Amino acid sequence: MNLAIRDIRYHRGRFILTSIGLGLLLGVVISMGGIYRGLIADALAILHANRADIWVVQQGTNGPFAESSRIPEETRHRIAAVPGVAAVSPVAFQTIQIERNNKPFRFFLIGYDPDSFGGPPSIIAGRNIRQKHYEMVAARSMKIALGEKIRLGQNEYSVVGISENIVSSSGDPAAYVTLADAQEIQFKKSNHAIRNERAKIGAGVARNRALSPQQAELLKQSIIATTESTHTVNAVMVRLATGADLQETQELIQRWNQLRAISDKEQTAILAKGMIEKARMQLGLFRIILLVISAVIISLIIYTSTLDKIRVIATLKLIGSQNRVIVGMILQQSLLMGILAYAIGYLTILLTYEKFPRRIVLEAFDLQSLFVIVMAICTLSSFVGIRKALKVEPAEALGG
Amino acid sequence: MDKSMYAIEVDNLTKIYGKGETAVTALRDANFKVRPGELVAILGPSGSGKTTLLTCIGLINEPTHGRVVIDGTAVADEGWQSGIDLKKMRREKLGFIFQAHNLIPFLTAQENVMVALEINGLTRAEAKKRAGELLDALNLGHRINNYPTALSGGESQRVAIARALANRPSVILADEPTAALDTENGKNVMDLLKKLAVENHSAIMVVTHDHRMVENFDRILQVSDGRIVVGA
Repeated sequence: MNLAIRDIRYHRGRFILTSIGLGLLLGVVISMGGIYRGLIADALAILHANRADIWVVQQGTNGPFAESSRIPEETRHRIAAVPGVAAVSPVAFQTIQIERNNKPFRFFLIGYDPDSFGGPPSIIAGRNIRQKHYEMVAARSMKIALGEKIRLGQNEYSVVGISENIVSSSGDPAAYVTLADAQEIQFKKSNHAIRNERAKIGAGVARNRALSPQQAELLKQSIIATTESTHTVNAVMVRLATGADLQETQELIQRWNQLRAISDKEQTAILAKGMIEKARMQLGLFRIILLVISAVIISLIIYTSTLDKIRVIATLKLIGSQNRVIVGMILQQSLLMGILAYAIGYLTILLTYEKFPRRIVLEAFDLQSLFVIVMAICTLSSFVGIRKALKVEPAEALGG
Repeated sequence: MDKSMYAIEVDNLTKIYGKGETAVTALRDANFKVRPGELVAILGPSGSGKTTLLTCIGLINEPTHGRVVIDGTAVADEGWQSGIDLKKMRREKLGFIFQAHNLIPFLTAQENVMVALEINGLTRAEAKKRAGELLDALNLGHRINNYPTALSGGESQRVAIARALANRPSVILADEPTAALDTENGKNVMDLLKKLAVENHSAIMVVTHDHRMVENFDRILQVSDGRIVVGA
């Protein structure tokens, strides 16, 4: 006869309620693990979507995601000529926050060359960008309808397509526009600022008496063209030709001193270890604290439950029950509580994880590991009850 | 006389709690024998040593001195006999009935009886059959699936008796079995014990304060200040 099951059956209300409470706690532990995995997945989403072998960024930076990086757009042509390079694509990234429906609306804007790679990985509604200007593909999670217009900078952009969920390393959903549009949004100054700057340049050139009026005008136009140019990108993505040597190609690109060529593996390390390390440690610490709390709660529940059964245990001992019967009863209850609580926690997260503001990624290894940890905690926690039970004297069954 | 003629033999049984200056002699030089089928009462005021005597015979408390023989097996002789499996002895040779019946609250009446049988190695099916038969014999056939909370005091005590009888023990030890019952139920339980003592050929020792019940017993051991003063 399984005494643990009989006890649970009799006290099922209390057992289920306790397990629900514990299950919700374990649900938080599961979600923390999911958030951590989600952080990694988010951080690497754009990397994985673009499948670039090398990210060429401004020298001395960890750009374009971890740090600001700016390089001239024309760099793409030089890089394309490097031996071993199969394709290049310049990209511009920018986090944008606007007001939409009277609420802050934040997203990550990616500008890419529609004639190259780096665009939305898949379109689930509408179409991809076809025109050079004023078209946008938005991520599904932005909840923007096809045909809706979004004002960015001085222009309006029509949403022509909806992509699968792609997010930035900080979890903001990504929207795609052409590189030219992204550059304009990011680098084009307002008309007022342009007028001010032109006046300042004109005044500065005019102070140079060594120049003839024609030379001064030429110089002024040249400076204005340089300062008002938007042909800047944050990075150039590179795909290698089959058989090309990664390290050799990196070295060839880095001969231009203003550039740094970061391999996809290095970029992954920068994002995964650098940007989310603290978040990982924070979440890890929370998980440990919650598991310790769970262990304390399980221990208390099992201990209290054992105290409730002192007379039962004494009676069992008195009628000659072996210790294994009593140990089995306590251990099985503890494990069953752990299994039920884990199942409740898992189901709760499984049914709700898509509603979380941040992405939750549930990985089988994490879930299995947590299950093993929960079982270990239940086993260890039951020891306090078992210890108490083994100390119970059969004589305690006597008396009124 | 042959040892096997007695279910219980107690020679010079002494139990001392504590050591040195704090030592308390709860039982001193108790001597008596109980035959199978005999119903014996242990009477005495509180603190006289009744329960100590019961726990020493019940293999719960180790005697300090003296000898205890249960169903022909010497279990204690100046302390527990080496090689004696006390739990096995309790399972096979002894049955216990308590004042508060001590039924396991999360088991049904039938399961409460079955648990004693399964602990003693019976299969589930065998235990179920025997428990059903015992409860039927005690007029509790209609209550086998009830939990103790749904049973009356008298019914609970009868289930406890069924559990004590389950493994056909040679000795049944009862600690104030009628204390929590009204007069009628108390009398019914005593009648039942008397009947079982004869039918099962079990020696039954009952600790009681209840002088109304004394007429039911074959013999009375009067305990006072740790000594058996009458009936040894």
